[in-house]
Amino acid sequence: MQDATPAQLETLKTADGTPLKDSIRKSERRARIRAFLLVLPLLAFLVITFIVPIMAMMGRSVYNPEVVNYLPNTAEALQEWEGEGVPGEDVFAALAKDMVQGREDRTIGRVAARINRELPGARSLMLGTARDADEMQPPYKEAFIAEDDRWTNPEFWGILKRESRLITPSYYLLALDYEYTPQGNIEPRPEIYQVYTDLFIRTAWMSVLITVLCILLAYPVSYLLATLPLRYSNLLMILVLLPFWTSLLVRTSAWIVLLQQEGVINDLLVGAGFISDDGRLRMIYNQTGTIVAMTHILLPFMILPLYSVMKTINPSYLRAARSLGATPLVAWFRVYFPLTLPGLAAGVMLVFILAIGYYITPALVGGETGIFISNMIASNMQGSTAQLRLAAALATILLVLVMLFYWLFNKLVGVERLKFG
Amino acid sequence: MALPPYASTLERVWHYAYHVICALIFLFLIFPILVILPLSFNAEPYFTFTTEMLQFDPAGYSLRWYDDLLSSEEWLRAIRNSFIISIASTVIATTLGTLAALGLSRRHMPARGFITALLISPMIVPLIITAAALFSFYARIELSQTFFSIIMAHVVLGTPFVVITVTAALASFDEQLIRASSSLGANQTTTFFRVILPLVLPGVISGALFAFVTSLDEVVVVLFLAGPEQTPITVRMFSGLREEISPTILALATILVGISIALLTTLEMIRRRGERLRGLSPG
Repeated sequence: MQDATPAQLETLKTADGTPLKDSIRKSERRARIRAFLLVLPLLAFLVITFIVPIMAMMGRSVYNPEVVNYLPNTAEALQEWEGEGVPGEDVFAALAKDMVQGREDRTIGRVAARINRELPGARSLMLGTARDADEMQPPYKEAFIAEDDRWTNPEFWGILKRESRLITPSYYLLALDYEYTPQGNIEPRPEIYQVYTDLFIRTAWMSVLITVLCILLAYPVSYLLATLPLRYSNLLMILVLLPFWTSLLVRTSAWIVLLQQEGVINDLLVGAGFISDDGRLRMIYNQTGTIVAMTHILLPFMILPLYSVMKTINPSYLRAARSLGATPLVAWFRVYFPLTLPGLAAGVMLVFILAIGYYITPALVGGETGIFISNMIASNMQGSTAQLRLAAALATILLVLVMLFYWLFNKLVGVERLKFG
Repeated sequence: MALPPYASTLERVWHYAYHVICALIFLFLIFPILVILPLSFNAEPYFTFTTEMLQFDPAGYSLRWYDDLLSSEEWLRAIRNSFIISIASTVIATTLGTLAALGLSRRHMPARGFITALLISPMIVPLIITAAALFSFYARIELSQTFFSIIMAHVVLGTPFVVITVTAALASFDEQLIRASSSLGANQTTTFFRVILPLVLPGVISGALFAFVTSLDEVVVVLFLAGPEQTPITVRMFSGLREEISPTILALATILVGISIALLTTLEMIRRRGERLRGLSPG
């Protein structure tokens, strides 16, 4: 077949008379469809149960439907208003209409709760007035103010106008420690509320620190495993694989056993006389606990790819470098180290991506100073003060950071150069 | 790694120092796991060694925490839940993942890179984000706090492992065998079950084991999806570590270490068998 020129192919026919080229194209298309049909069940499953939920979560982080959906006339009337002082009669009339409808549909409470989150006290104001809204007569502006003089508060109206858009950046501002003023300006939040950027930065530097520790610990061990005869290295490999396969909860509890104040290491130190009984070290429920336990948990993810790359490096390269006059250090740095880079890169990617999103270990041994951004996402998802949209915004930022790192890594190293154990 | 006879003093010192460093790192890796094993037999409700234990006095040891674990209705239910979830999700993940890997390994697969990236993405997305997304997704379709939602979530987390291991197994698969099989008159189904499957079975089994362990070990997603009826061991263990801290957890941890050793041995046996079949016997 390889000998046929395109012109010949054009004229070749199959038994039933169709040109061979068409016939091949048809059968290739069939093969493509057949391959795709095999992938389709999993692809469809993942799209429905994973991709769509993640997209929905991202959407939720900017979604702000309450005012638009439950006070539709007010939202529309507020479009005309410039945002200075107190709006005019048309806005009050629209609000009265929406309030009557909202009480009928039992939705007024939801929008009141939503505004209350921006302006404490707004809930009682709105619910109180809504109770009498169906008996109000025009002019509505005076009627509202007669009901409660807080209706003259320009701050309330500013917030209502601001929140009358279906899409809001306010959860992202909050997640980055900024906030909207009632006038619609963006300002940094008061210092005591600034928790998220610090936590993002702390999560990032602790992940970097854990990755560096993993490199420092994994490198010598992987080299030993790669250069020992297989008989010994297979045995030592068990010491890496057993922790790798052991439940991370088991390993976290092991570190609680070891590091707590009444724990094994403190007992040992007291027993050996290094520290006094009341001078026991605090090694857990703080950053130290998180760093030690997570380094232990993630270390095999660095050792395994490094080892599999080092195993393929021919040891005679190093000997060749030495015989050409390189000192051991130069030979190691100029010859051996560059050859291990693909494994190192794979390890760094795995450890850093796993570390930055870690939840369980910081939650158990992190105390207050050792928690990660994921713990904040979780706490915004749970309990009576849950703020799902803020959690969604924080999660989206974290996801973007991870994707950015993955993309950067792919650009610099190339996923195809990755080697896993 | 042997030291050559002409090594200088500095090289000798470095050689021994290097081995000591490596020994310490191995100790760091394995010591935490070993330390919980004896402590699970502690007669006292502490997380540390008592004097009796250190003197090897039999009175210092007891099986009370194992007894505690295996006689508690709550723990037994958690163990049962864990196995229901893991087995169901492993079966589904292995089926879907193997099919997809077969498709991805075909020469004519369209958009292979993009689709592979999509299929692997549950591994890259941090678990807390998956948990946050699935938490509101299943709440909205009113399926939160059901076995269904947890099993589906674990299928999502398990399939990348199946896809990766089966694709790797298929990479060394000789396509001539398929042609040989059909030239001998076998249809596609027969070829799959009699030729392809036996050869990639080691990959499928390791993928299934990975998926099983992923599900058995998973805490974050179940923490948000499971109601009291579905609580698996991991979630009970997590709340146990947060609140009561009793050596019952260490007894369970010891059992889990036993399971890990069994899985590790199985995988190692599969690997060695594969190497033997391909003529690469380990030294």
